[in-house]
Amino acid sequence: MDMLTLIQVLDSTVRMATPLLLACLAGLFSERAGIFDIGLEGKMLMAAFFSAAVAAITGNVWLGLLSGIAASLALSGLHGLASITFRGNQLISGVALNFLASGLTVLIAQSWFQQGGRTPSLTETARFNGVELPFAIGPTEAAEAGRPLSQLIAEANVVQQVWSELISGHSILVYVSLLAVPLTWWVLFRTRFGLRLRAVGENPAAVDTAGISVVRLRFAAIAICGLLCGIAGAYLATGLQAGFVKEMTSGRGYIALAALIFAKWRPWHALSACLLFGLLQALALRFQSVQLGGVTLPVQLMDALPYILTVVILAGFVGKAIPPRAGGEPYVKER
Amino acid sequence: MEKMPKWADVVLIPVISLFLAAIISALVILFIGESPTEALTLMVNGALGSTYGWGYTLYYATNFLFTGLAVAIAAHAGLFNIGGEGQAMIGGLGLALVCLYIPFPHWTIALVVAALGAGLFGAAWAAIPAYLQAKRGSHIVITTIMFNFIAAAVLNYMLVNALKPKGAMDPATAKFPESTQLPSLSEMLAPLGIEFTNTPANVTLFVGIAACVLIWGLIWHTPLGHEIRALGKSERGAVYAGISPVRTVMITMLISGALCGLMAINNVMGEAERLVLNATEGAGFIGIAVALMGRNHPFGVFLAAILFGFLYQGGAELALWTNIPSELIVVIQALVILFTGALDHMVRMPLEKIFIAFRKENA
Repeated sequence: MDMLTLIQVLDSTVRMATPLLLACLAGLFSERAGIFDIGLEGKMLMAAFFSAAVAAITGNVWLGLLSGIAASLALSGLHGLASITFRGNQLISGVALNFLASGLTVLIAQSWFQQGGRTPSLTETARFNGVELPFAIGPTEAAEAGRPLSQLIAEANVVQQVWSELISGHSILVYVSLLAVPLTWWVLFRTRFGLRLRAVGENPAAVDTAGISVVRLRFAAIAICGLLCGIAGAYLATGLQAGFVKEMTSGRGYIALAALIFAKWRPWHALSACLLFGLLQALALRFQSVQLGGVTLPVQLMDALPYILTVVILAGFVGKAIPPRAGGEPYVKER
Repeated sequence: MEKMPKWADVVLIPVISLFLAAIISALVILFIGESPTEALTLMVNGALGSTYGWGYTLYYATNFLFTGLAVAIAAHAGLFNIGGEGQAMIGGLGLALVCLYIPFPHWTIALVVAALGAGLFGAAWAAIPAYLQAKRGSHIVITTIMFNFIAAAVLNYMLVNALKPKGAMDPATAKFPESTQLPSLSEMLAPLGIEFTNTPANVTLFVGIAACVLIWGLIWHTPLGHEIRALGKSERGAVYAGISPVRTVMITMLISGALCGLMAINNVMGEAERLVLNATEGAGFIGIAVALMGRNHPFGVFLAAILFGFLYQGGAELALWTNIPSELIVVIQALVILFTGALDHMVRMPLEKIFIAFRKENA
């Protein structure tokens, strides 16, 4: 593999890791507050559809993003209603939300656009296009030179290649997702809200005794979860790809869940886990199989690797993953 | 004293949940500009109006019987087996290997051996998450989800790299030999003088019903069933009574996985007669809705499986004749899971209040 190919694979890694990272941080907020969320997939899918649909109709990607977030928040609200207000089973609620999203998106897409459950292809302002950082070789430079972009990049030196291909040219949401990592760390570990949020996931009774509302804190946590899943879904449909197609999240919500466990519910580790899983996806996308020291790794192994790694971590053979203690249990206030 | 009579818990709550799911589905149909009453008529006619419709309804129901029973028996032990999809996929692989590589003189022998292969493979796929749950405390929901994806990758690899006949384009095995073909429902009913259109419904339906009876007996009339239910009610209580949680979790999940694997007799051996990539078609997940709806009782699972069989066949007819895609059924399935599972308290609490008020008046 030459240098340019490596840079391109890493560039693709960043793109593939972005929705994973956003969804992973979303799950982090929810699970740290004691609400298991296997509905990340459904929220992302719902957001992907509504962002693409509204962007296609209005031609404005920002309106699309807002609608995507709103749709994801609606599902979060339903999850909260079931698992916080009515103290239902959080896992079953998550499963239900995933199916709800998977069915509703196709149903509404068919009714609005009659294209077999997809939205029309998004163009120009209906999409999040790449942000050109200064000094980067981008489409404008290519147009000025009147030559294809790939050719210009191939001729540039390594520093320029890294800057133009790997760091510049991503959509704004990629940079947002990267900024969300320190922000999440700061909110969770350096603010009063974060302390309370973590406490409510470990020992809600103690938080309640201190006179703080468990219900309100948990709803706040799943609202943040909805917001982040909304951005993740919008990125999928309006940034990574140009429009919504049926089941376009294709298990990313579950990979994010795997990354969350892999990262043991910590923000910076979530970044590394998502980059690792993003790299696996990027490799699977580019190569049919990978040669590693004389052994051929089939593409299916790379598809399955995030899940296998997570099971190994869960099994506790390589550092045990211990979830927040009150996770999955509805809080019943003593009377 | 119980807050509600047993019949209300067993019958009323599922019926109310189903009713709520139906109302919301009707609203969804209205929202996309179609008529709910027309849709319902089409579904009933398409799924129950002919022996053709019934055949497909029963074929789908047979799939859901196995996965529903699998989720139900795990639920009795307090385990949520969300990995039915993967276990059914791997069960299909086991069945395909048996059917392809062992020559059988007659379908009856093929059925028994293939069922063994499918059940063993399904059980083996459930064994690892079960072991991790029992021994190392890894949450079984997460591990079984992960194993669904790993199963998909394994199946994909096996079909593309090993089992696909030379020169074939689509990732699927060769057609199974003729001696493994199971008799269809129409062939079985013909000697009785009953005319039944040829559909995928086959002898597996009766295997499924037998499984229902066996699981019912196992849960309520054997020491093992007692141990399973005791563990599900209270792990500490079970340990105090001398029940080994590790052993019970393992056995329960092996049975659950085997049941999912057995589904392959119906969809792989009975219908497709070869193993294709997407053979399970989400039936593993529908098992969750079926078990919840059927209140984890084998007879309830039987009724719920028929209901979902009706929904699937009806939904296919809808997609054929109207602008409503078959994904409507996924929405209904989601609503059923939501109301009978997650929002159970929402349905239950007002009902309990009504019953308590009623009782006070009578007292």
